[in-house]
Amino acid sequence: MALLEVNDIHAYYGNIHALKGVSLTVEKGEIVSLIGGNGAGKTTTLRTICGLLHPRGGNIQFDGEDLSRIPAHHLVGKGIAMVPEGRGIFAKLTVLANLELGAYTRNDKEGINEDLEKVFHLFPRLAERRTQVAGTLSGGEQQMLAMGRAMMSRPRLLLMDEPSMGLAPVLVDLIFATITDINKTGTTILLVEQNAHKALQVASRGYVLQTGEIRLSDTAVALQNNAEVRNLYLGIE
Amino acid sequence: MEDLRRRLDGVSWVDLFLWGLRIVIILLIAVGAFNTLTSGKYTITTWISLSISGLAQGSIYALIALGYTLVYGILLMINFAHGEVFMSGAFTTVFIANYFNQTGFLNTYPLLAILILMVIAALVSMSVAVLLERIAYRPLRGAPRLVPLITAIGASFFLQYSFRGFYGSGFQTYPTVTALSGTFTVGKVTIPVVQVVVFFAAIALMSGLYWLVERTKMGKSMRAVSEDKEVAALMGIDINRVIVFTFAIGGLLAGAAGVINGLYRPQGVYFFMGFIPGIKAFTSAVLGGIGSVPGAMLGGLFLGVIESIGPNLVLEGLGIDGANQLKDAIAFTMLVLVLIFRPQGILGERLSEKKA
Repeated sequence: MALLEVNDIHAYYGNIHALKGVSLTVEKGEIVSLIGGNGAGKTTTLRTICGLLHPRGGNIQFDGEDLSRIPAHHLVGKGIAMVPEGRGIFAKLTVLANLELGAYTRNDKEGINEDLEKVFHLFPRLAERRTQVAGTLSGGEQQMLAMGRAMMSRPRLLLMDEPSMGLAPVLVDLIFATITDINKTGTTILLVEQNAHKALQVASRGYVLQTGEIRLSDTAVALQNNAEVRNLYLGIE
Repeated sequence: MEDLRRRLDGVSWVDLFLWGLRIVIILLIAVGAFNTLTSGKYTITTWISLSISGLAQGSIYALIALGYTLVYGILLMINFAHGEVFMSGAFTTVFIANYFNQTGFLNTYPLLAILILMVIAALVSMSVAVLLERIAYRPLRGAPRLVPLITAIGASFFLQYSFRGFYGSGFQTYPTVTALSGTFTVGKVTIPVVQVVVFFAAIALMSGLYWLVERTKMGKSMRAVSEDKEVAALMGIDINRVIVFTFAIGGLLAGAAGVINGLYRPQGVYFFMGFIPGIKAFTSAVLGGIGSVPGAMLGGLFLGVIESIGPNLVLEGLGIDGANQLKDAIAFTMLVLVLIFRPQGILGERLSEKKA
């Protein structure tokens, strides 16, 4: 059975029908990319999975448990962490305080310190700036912080919303390399990206979302070679 | 000339008026203070003892102000019923205090008795604050910001008249604690013991709060929620629990302030007693920068001192009779001036689009 199964979910913002029956699965250990244009419903899909929005129809199964009605703050404890769109770091708190908040639901002090060391090893820049107020970090560092913070809960499934947004190319490469590293340590990843090129390079499978519906789903390699994807999302004639 | 005109180009009439107002106010304060000081009517001792009583009163404002500022920090909402939260504790405990006085407990073990009173008042105010959030504010969480504001005013009347129903409309008086009724002298300044006790009790409570916000896990989650509720929820923080906790802490401080206030000003305990301290504390919170914890503390102390020395220093010098009765005028003039000239307060940040 898949780690995450999203079955035919419908989500609304007020009266706007944002997701019209989205279904997808993520197997344990995979990186799955969800690509699509602006307003296709990528972020909405992630928000629905992590409980910030509840679906009006369909259901979400995580490790065999139905998540559709569970409030967002219970999901971390179940093993789902999110790197939100626009990073969502706590700008007035220090880097260390941000990371500690990532481990908010945990009580094992030793394990937390261990993971803190791991995050600092993954992102040495954060270690240098641990006492600095997070709002003073650069965009790339803030993205690292958001990723590190998500890792602090030892998630089984990591949801990432546009991690490359607004970053310089060199940092985009670094972020994607880190995504692969995180995956290699055993964390399953569902990645939402505008940068379809990069997203399909690191993923094993992908979904293409268009106006609230899954348009295509295939292996990442097949999608990279798909004429429509090449034309619309990769910018290759 | 040409240069001056160009510079004035971007300046509107409102700006000019405000600048004029600033100059007039500064002149009035300067002239008033100059007249008073040169008249030689008051000695330096008077100013010192006025400042000390101002600090005592101000520390009470600060305790109540923290309730406004904590709730604003988390929900961006002014809980205008907070004065009534203060009243509920103060009004309930006055009867217990009098009972303690009759049985002699109050004057045999003054410290223990006062602590018990503070705990009771804190519990009462805390319950009122938590119920208020649950019943009046939570259902309106997603509503436009004017809605909970008006609800707060309604809740404030509801609480006033409920407590009038419970305890009657008469004025009650806190008993005198003999241990606190003396004075002592430092140099030439005579200081009432009660003022010192009030000040340090308030400071102790505020230090406790500061420790809670800065050092504990709950404090950290409060700061996280005040920055971004959604991301805080993603971290696993139960937003509702943090909000209830915030109201509870605000209520606790207000209730304790009710007893401290009773020691300092024993008279005038009745169902409407929360209104003026509530508004003064709100002024303090705005003065210090609403949403800021140190700001509320500083704003309270500042308002207390200004209100205490202001009438004699400025108003008397301007030849206004009965200046001492114009304390409230000073406090509310301060509120208006802060709102016009420095809406973000002393320690506050400029309100961003999102918050405004």
